[in-house]
Amino acid sequence: MAIRDILVYPDPRLKQVAEPVERFDAELRELVHDLEQTMDAGPGAVGIAAPQIGSCRRVIIIDVSSRPKLKNHGRLYLVNPEIIHWEGLETGREGCLSVPDYTGNVVRAQRIRVSALDPHGRPLELDMEGFEARALQHEVDHLDGLLFLDRLVSRRHDLFKRKTYQARKDKP
Amino acid sequence: MAHWYMLTVVGADRPGIVARISQCLYQAGCNLGEASMIRLGGNFTIMLMIQTAQPRRQLEQALRPVTEELALSLHLDPIEGHLHEHRQPDVRITVFGADRSGIVAQVSGALAEAGLDILELESSVAGSRQHPLYIMQLEGVATRGIEALRQALAEELPQDIDVRIEPIDTLVG
Ligand SMILES: [Zn+2]
Repeated sequence: MAIRDILVYPDPRLKQVAEPVERFDAELRELVHDLEQTMDAGPGAVGIAAPQIGSCRRVIIIDVSSRPKLKNHGRLYLVNPEIIHWEGLETGREGCLSVPDYTGNVVRAQRIRVSALDPHGRPLELDMEGFEARALQHEVDHLDGLLFLDRLVSRRHDLFKRKTYQARKDKP
Repeated sequence: MAHWYMLTVVGADRPGIVARISQCLYQAGCNLGEASMIRLGGNFTIMLMIQTAQPRRQLEQALRPVTEELALSLHLDPIEGHLHEHRQPDVRITVFGADRSGIVAQVSGALAEAGLDILELESSVAGSRQHPLYIMQLEGVATRGIEALRQALAEELPQDIDVRIEPIDTLVG
């Protein structure tokens, strides 16, 4: 168990679509533990995805509890997360542990419903909004080989054209 | 040894300015840094960091055919250049109202006094000739908090100017 190196763009492993987790064993627990240690060691990240530490698995952690005024579920360890419903669009600023020294505006769904498994394989369903929903969408993108750079909108204007919003890829 | 310069280019807007200038710099072996290129009132303007070991004269000479052909005026100033040192803004301010002299001075004066470091400012004059509308968007760091900015603007701004102040909470994940 250890803090692992964070892969940095243009590492090709960040562009791969991660594999669903099938076994809820010691190896998965170790991955979750490493992810958590690596996230906590970094500078103020509110989420991390397994591909960022070089593991091609559909595992993420998100935690926006550092913003106590915002609605949130605390620290979430999510395996095979899927967004099953989304509503509304909102522009916000994002950066990424894998893209140092750059931030940009990205359009995300305002409210989402997520289905996932916990690290023991028990099913979860969560409703999220705002910053927490944004964090989840950012991390799920990592599982699909996408970075926020793939979704940048103009830096200068917070207005946006809805038509330019790329539909989320269908999950395998 | 390579030095950083700030290249400033201004001229009547026409197709091909960016392509021609950047090709010329590439052929002269320059590295490009951060840039801002924007059309202002029918002019095209470029502010571009370039890094090169060449003396300034030589670089100006290399650019001359392009600047003469496209009627561009050009400045090249040695600068102390640093990359990978972006400061992240934590506030975005939008100001709009009927255009009149003094808006920028009033707003930026009040904001500076309340602790705002401006990182980026973009403004435009919209509306019509009879009724011009001034719009300004800026991003910066509120060194004394956003509330201080709100108060300063509430106290000092005339009623006919609209201001929106929004925090920027950057998500890192
Ligand atoms: Zn990321």
